[in-house]
Amino acid sequence: MMTAMQRVLTTLSHHEPDQVPLFLLTTMHGAKELGLTIKDYFSRAEYVIEGQMRLLHKYGSDCLYPFFYAPLELEAFGGTTLFVEDGPPNSGMPIIHKVSDIDTLIPPKVTTTACLVKVLETIHGLKQRVGDTIPIIGVVISPFSLPVMQMGFDRYIELIYEHPQHFARLMAVNEAFCVEWANAQLAAGATAICYFDPVSSTTNLPRERYLQTGYPIACRTLARIQGPTATHLASGRGLPLVEDIITTGTAVVGVSSLEKLSQWKAAAAGRISLLGDLNGVAMRHWTPAEAESKVKEAIRQAGKGGGFILSDNHGEIPFQVPDEILLAIGEAIKHWGRYPLEWCNE
Amino acid sequence: MKEIPEITMSAFVPEKNSPLFNEFCQALESFDRRRAEEIFQQALTQGSPQEIVEQLIAPVLEKIGSDWDSGRVALSQVYMSGRLCEDLVSKMLQTEGIAFPEDQPRQAIVVLHDYHMLGKRIVYSILRTSGFNLIDYGRMDVDELIERVMNDRITVLLISTLMLPSALKVQQVRTGLQARGAQVRILVGGAPFLFDPNLWQEVGADAMGRNAGDGMRILRQWQEESL
Repeated sequence: MMTAMQRVLTTLSHHEPDQVPLFLLTTMHGAKELGLTIKDYFSRAEYVIEGQMRLLHKYGSDCLYPFFYAPLELEAFGGTTLFVEDGPPNSGMPIIHKVSDIDTLIPPKVTTTACLVKVLETIHGLKQRVGDTIPIIGVVISPFSLPVMQMGFDRYIELIYEHPQHFARLMAVNEAFCVEWANAQLAAGATAICYFDPVSSTTNLPRERYLQTGYPIACRTLARIQGPTATHLASGRGLPLVEDIITTGTAVVGVSSLEKLSQWKAAAAGRISLLGDLNGVAMRHWTPAEAESKVKEAIRQAGKGGGFILSDNHGEIPFQVPDEILLAIGEAIKHWGRYPLEWCNE
Repeated sequence: MKEIPEITMSAFVPEKNSPLFNEFCQALESFDRRRAEEIFQQALTQGSPQEIVEQLIAPVLEKIGSDWDSGRVALSQVYMSGRLCEDLVSKMLQTEGIAFPEDQPRQAIVVLHDYHMLGKRIVYSILRTSGFNLIDYGRMDVDELIERVMNDRITVLLISTLMLPSALKVQQVRTGLQARGAQVRILVGGAPFLFDPNLWQEVGADAMGRNAGDGMRILRQWQEESL
């Protein structure tokens, strides 16, 4: 039997491991395990280390996921985070109030920013616990998507369309930060970096605009990240971008449940690995039998030949999804995910 | 400069998929402000402002909204199209403030509990530009929203959410309004409802709009039913 690391590396090399790897991307569920509020849970690295280890043993995922919450990067730029009791924290007020604020924006220094150091300590602590047996997935918000929190999505769209010079200046700041932040996580022990880039999705931006913006930014940024990366569109559509995403140099792409996993497989097989595509929102009210059926269907569409990791389609399992379903997903992959997947031929 | 498609009908009724309709659509989607203004000005020479809003702006925005749902256009295009039309129409009408015409119910739109405003802004912009009157409540929590709805005697409430916990709070709004004896129709929209097509019923909403165009269609239907 392979370790999780061997399983994941084998599938990423487009060969079949012993079993389809499972990335059960639970973050807030660690708070439940420790009996803490979400806010308290993310207040200390030790809590997240302990939470991630308990989740790993409970659900049998093939990775550790020391992602705290997206607004953490806004905090690093001087913004605030608004916690809620039963879901992912929201970002507070934008830090860019008017376009001219971009002129004086500077990237935060990773090693002296407390909220970022807390994540680095978490990654380091997890690495000490598991060594090279379990992949540890670090997370960055792409330079191109971070401005949704920095200035609000509506004003950011206006910036992309109407203020090219300030857009370029903001991207330069964010790229410098993103590269330093990603490489610091790798140095702390992360195995790979998940590059969250929802704005690049065709759900949010037309491809022709992406080719002028999110695409060259991804090419430049990923080239400077000193480790493997996975690009995640956070449940946005991406199939029309498959060739572009491949040429950014990323190893994995997150697939939305709005698209056909089988079409992604046909377009990407052997060239980029797929991560997805269970619907986390709908997962909340699945029965165990439905969970098994969904897992089986995803494996049927994308499992053959490797290059596939089963996961949710958003990059984070909602807090409301019950244990029973997460355990059922784990059981289903043990039953239906064993290579060589002969049942798929029936 | 490209030629403006001729309008051959005596009354201003551009058919869907007519050259004028398609050209205007294309100008908006590509954010070609100059071209959109040219077509708009040309249309104004052949129809009244009300006709332009009802028969060109509204159906084009409805189509662009629906095309987002099918994946043909992106959210940025929907947003910029709405904003461009808002500019065109506000220049034309120079509208100010909120006045409820007698044939429209008292309507409001809100982002419930979370802080993601883009969806609400798109829907508000497109509905206002298409001739719907509605109050923009901005962002509110459950109790504050119920109070405002009661005070303003709102009968149609549009609720936008991006986060699942916020979507689940629509149930509290429904229960709170019922407890106060308010007869309010609730139309919900946002990502959680797209990813879980039964969620709107679970939280006690009366309908779910998959996109801004869908929302427009539902509001029209409700208006017709109330006449």
